[in-house]
Amino acid sequence: MKIWLPIALVVSLFTLSLSSLFVGVANLTLVSLMNGNSEYWELLFLSRVPRLFAILLAGSGLSIAGLIMQQISQNRFAAPSTSGTIECAMLGYVLSLVIFGDGNNIWFIFASAMLGTLIFVQFIQRIQFKNVIFVPLIGIIFGNVVQSAASFIAYKYDAIQSMSGWGVANFANILQGDFELLYIAMPVALCGYLYATRISAVGMGKDFATNLGLNYQQVLILGVILVSVMSASVVMIVGELPFLGLIVPNLISHYFGDNLRKNIPLTALLGALVVLVCDVASRLIIFPYEIPISMIISIVGGSIFILLILRGQKHAR
Amino acid sequence: MIKLEKLSKVFSENKVINNVTTEFEKGKVTSIIGPNGAGKSTLLSMASRLVNKDNGFVYINGKEISDWDNKDLAKKLAVLRQSNNVTMRFTVREMVSFGRFPYSQGKLTKDDLAVINNALKYLDLIKIQNKYLDQLSGGQRQLAYIAMVIAQDTDSIFLDEPLNNLDIKHSLQIMRNIQKLAHEMNKAVVVVIHDINFAACYSDVIIALKKGEIIASGKVKDVIQADVLESIYETPFNIVEVNGKRMCTYY
Repeated sequence: MKIWLPIALVVSLFTLSLSSLFVGVANLTLVSLMNGNSEYWELLFLSRVPRLFAILLAGSGLSIAGLIMQQISQNRFAAPSTSGTIECAMLGYVLSLVIFGDGNNIWFIFASAMLGTLIFVQFIQRIQFKNVIFVPLIGIIFGNVVQSAASFIAYKYDAIQSMSGWGVANFANILQGDFELLYIAMPVALCGYLYATRISAVGMGKDFATNLGLNYQQVLILGVILVSVMSASVVMIVGELPFLGLIVPNLISHYFGDNLRKNIPLTALLGALVVLVCDVASRLIIFPYEIPISMIISIVGGSIFILLILRGQKHAR
Repeated sequence: MIKLEKLSKVFSENKVINNVTTEFEKGKVTSIIGPNGAGKSTLLSMASRLVNKDNGFVYINGKEISDWDNKDLAKKLAVLRQSNNVTMRFTVREMVSFGRFPYSQGKLTKDDLAVINNALKYLDLIKIQNKYLDQLSGGQRQLAYIAMVIAQDTDSIFLDEPLNNLDIKHSLQIMRNIQKLAHEMNKAVVVVIHDINFAACYSDVIIALKKGEIIASGKVKDVIQADVLESIYETPFNIVEVNGKRMCTYY
């Protein structure tokens, strides 16, 4: 089972990627492309291919971010959406709107997401009780507080309209030129891969990492940077993809253990596949209209999340 | 060889360790015993840079601990604290491979693989090397951690309560292996241990702590004496000798 699973992932991802290019309102077919119709080629390269790339990059990137977050916070249920990272990115966006007049100041948003994640990680380090469910609960509360603060500022400065696009993820509006920031998933994945052993050692705890000669805080901050930059980028371009960073790494770790180096490629593949499946479904369910993908991910992801919690409790004894 | 000199630690005006001077020798098992709150774990943690000391010196191969580069120190001294995180799912082999990190920074070489295989063989873990730690019994898991420390290939090994939550069979297995590490591999092994009889049977040197100070230290027969132990534990003791080993009975 373990050997064929990665191969199955690659094959299905590849097949579905190609077929997804031909799913949409405009009737794009292989034949019309063969006929050399330039309008169709334009559609393909301006809309369909960018959408596919955005899906693959966002899906794999966010899943890797979740994987790294789980290791550095030593908690299965910590992910960008349960640690306040996403909400802090949102707060950064609102503040950048208010202070600089536009929300495109990505460094400001990155910094805000990083700061928030760092606060969360430092906080859970300080508390002695590390109940599996308790940690993400704190993260969700923290995220809600930050989100409320962001909404408050947005109301006060008439920026609530610009904020609403963040909540609901949607790949429908992605055109060439919109999604390129998501390529950041590649250096993030590479960096995670190169530092995999360090991040895993940090996931075993401070004493464990120090014993191996590692600078615990340094690796922790590197992890926080990777997680924040990745999830902030996804939420800026696509919107929130709830549960993704949570369920994908957990499914992988269930079958393959927690060897980070081995898991990063697998997590990337599965994450991309899950988002792609959900996106294609969102295009087909009420065709020719589209359901925002976050609704489908919420339903699917939420159910799996509850299953994981039930299983996790059994494990925790 | 590790020397501690006038070591002190204060936690919110409480002197947890007060002016402790001692040394841990190569080729010997040194046990640190004492009642709860005596500062045993704190002493071990300070001697292995997991906790910062407030006063005093720790000399490792003649060099003060704060002058050591953290990475180089990881090749000289290995330490295992109690209660490691078991929520992460690693196989025994992956866990043991961590021990090679100070040498190869995560990219295992041929030599590393040989050391890992030897460590697994030494503790008889080859059969379960691909099992996940959370599928193992507490004793097997503890052996896997000790195998990691062996793979780290250091002169000194510090173990904080290695027998915690283990049954008698596994405790014996761990203590025999600890003794092998000291006597066969010529390492300085230091264990914090609660069970005085295990300490008496398997140590070369015993250090008895009470309220952060050394009350007695030396060979087993010097420390395992009724009056010494009574003053440490504030409980009546009765010492018997069985096959040349000292055993304590207490009620």
